[in-house]
Amino acid sequence: MSALPGRRKQHPRNDSGPQGLVLANDWRRPSVRWGLGTAHTVLLLLLAVIGLGPVLWLAKSAITPTLDTITTPMALFPHGLDWSNLSTAWSNVDVGLYMRNTVVIAIGSWAFQMVVATTGAYALSALRPKYGNVIMAMLLTTLFVPAVVLLVPLYVEVVHPPFIHTSFVNNYLAVWLPESASAFNVVLMKRFFDNLPREILEAARIDGCGSFRLFYAIVLPMSRPILGVVSIFALLASWKDYLWPLLVLGNPNLQPLSVRLPEIEQFTPLGVFLAALALTCVVPIVGFLMFQRSFLRGTGLSGALKG
Amino acid sequence: MSAGEQITPELQDRVLRTRAAAQAPRVRTGRRKPVTWVKQGGLSKLVFLLPLLLVFGAFSWYPIVRLVMMALQHTNLVQRAAWVGLSNFSEVIHDPLFPIAVRNTAEFAGLALVFGYPVPLIMAVLISEVRSWRGLYAVLAYLPVVIPPVVAVLLWKTFYDAASNGVFNTMLGWAGIGPQQWIQSPTQAMPSLVLESTWANAGSTVIIYLAALVGVNRELYEAAAVDGAGLWKKLWHVTLPQMRTVLLVTMILQLIGTAQVFIEPYLFTQGGPANATLTVMLLIYNYAFGNSLGASYGEAAALSLMLVAFLAVFSLIYLRATRAWSTQ
Repeated sequence: MSALPGRRKQHPRNDSGPQGLVLANDWRRPSVRWGLGTAHTVLLLLLAVIGLGPVLWLAKSAITPTLDTITTPMALFPHGLDWSNLSTAWSNVDVGLYMRNTVVIAIGSWAFQMVVATTGAYALSALRPKYGNVIMAMLLTTLFVPAVVLLVPLYVEVVHPPFIHTSFVNNYLAVWLPESASAFNVVLMKRFFDNLPREILEAARIDGCGSFRLFYAIVLPMSRPILGVVSIFALLASWKDYLWPLLVLGNPNLQPLSVRLPEIEQFTPLGVFLAALALTCVVPIVGFLMFQRSFLRGTGLSGALKG
Repeated sequence: MSAGEQITPELQDRVLRTRAAAQAPRVRTGRRKPVTWVKQGGLSKLVFLLPLLLVFGAFSWYPIVRLVMMALQHTNLVQRAAWVGLSNFSEVIHDPLFPIAVRNTAEFAGLALVFGYPVPLIMAVLISEVRSWRGLYAVLAYLPVVIPPVVAVLLWKTFYDAASNGVFNTMLGWAGIGPQQWIQSPTQAMPSLVLESTWANAGSTVIIYLAALVGVNRELYEAAAVDGAGLWKKLWHVTLPQMRTVLLVTMILQLIGTAQVFIEPYLFTQGGPANATLTVMLLIYNYAFGNSLGASYGEAAALSLMLVAFLAVFSLIYLRATRAWSTQ
């Protein structure tokens, strides 16, 4: 039996770890083994075609001559490769500039979000001011107000800010600051801080550690996992953001890739446009493959949080 | 030491004072001097909270208040805002596009629920039983989620090319099916949008379910097996009931998310053809930013407020239902 060595290899893990829906003695039944084995193979093929397929097609088409992509989109390089799509997109269509803008926006958003979420969560979790409950309740309320419905008042506020009589249109602060008001980050971070061992914090306090030192020397280093998760989601969300930068960054030289792509579509040949799309995906996909564990754990966490 | 000590008036006084001090916080400390407040860490608490308070005040709490105000005002950012009562609301309700947008949004949400709700669950249950390379399954399922939505929509727009040699039409041709109109047809446009949106979003639901499946109590499976339950019975009587909270939560989240659908109709079809994909968010956008004759921020705010109210009522009803169900 070909399945046997594989099973034997897996055996210790199955014995030590908890068992799932399908118990070990179910696995011994041929019908279950064959049925599930088939289902798993089909699922893997389906996932590869559906999840990876469009991405591979995009990668292929980014280096295929435009004419080939239009006439025979599913053929694999009928008339050879056209690497010039990528360089044309990068320099002539200015994908390089827009990518730089995207990176600047993402890093700024990340920095502001981290400052707000870590300091706020630390104050609410460890310093516990008397009015902390009120702030927490107000934060939780904002979770019920979807960000998109605040679009109109936020836009008006950015164009005509109260007290300050300069418009923030075409200023990256207009993107960075509103994105840092993420109650989700604060709640996630506070939950993690709440679960840090109290004894360590108390011991540090007794040894004369002040609030600031407690924050950067003890709480932050102990919170690397959650800092990683929140960072990853902040960076990804910023890379994906479209509508808000479209509204507040009118100057094309400041716009990120996602805002430029629909414009690029209008005036470039299909091959170059698809190359631009592919270049936009490279950073998030590589980042995801490098930090997949944090991505997947963070997504699971967010489900638990909302639950 | 204290055993031999006499109860002196001095000691009595000290006891009284300690008691008073112990009771004091309950009564009310009165005015604390600023110096004491700083020494007790009040200042550093405030310093740490300051970024949060400033940012949320300016970009979350104030805009919520402003939204309500704008819904009751007539504003064009040039002249002074005038209070107009509920007229913005009545203008929105009497807009012939309003019922179309509501119906389209409901259609999108409904279709997304039909297509998108069972698929991640089935995938997660199957993946959780994979014995080797489980990570690969999860990565493949999650991959579309990291693709920026604009890229996903524009890529699928290419796939939906209505020409007979478009990507999807070529694939249909392999199966002997003639070319379809996809997003250019008023009847197929909405399902096409839902298809792309399901592809883009299902992955994160799969991961949430996978995390929840790990939390299912393993002993229940063994107990069910001892009682003679087969695979399907275990799935139906153990797995699903154990996951009901997560299942309801993802359903609420999906409904709340799909009620705000914007990028798909905006980039695929601009609400067309013949308003077949005009959604509520797109209507809000058009009121505020899409009108060349002048922005009607008031109507946009009124419709936004109606959307928030609807979603809030929705999630409250759902939360109550969840609680009732889980205490049964």
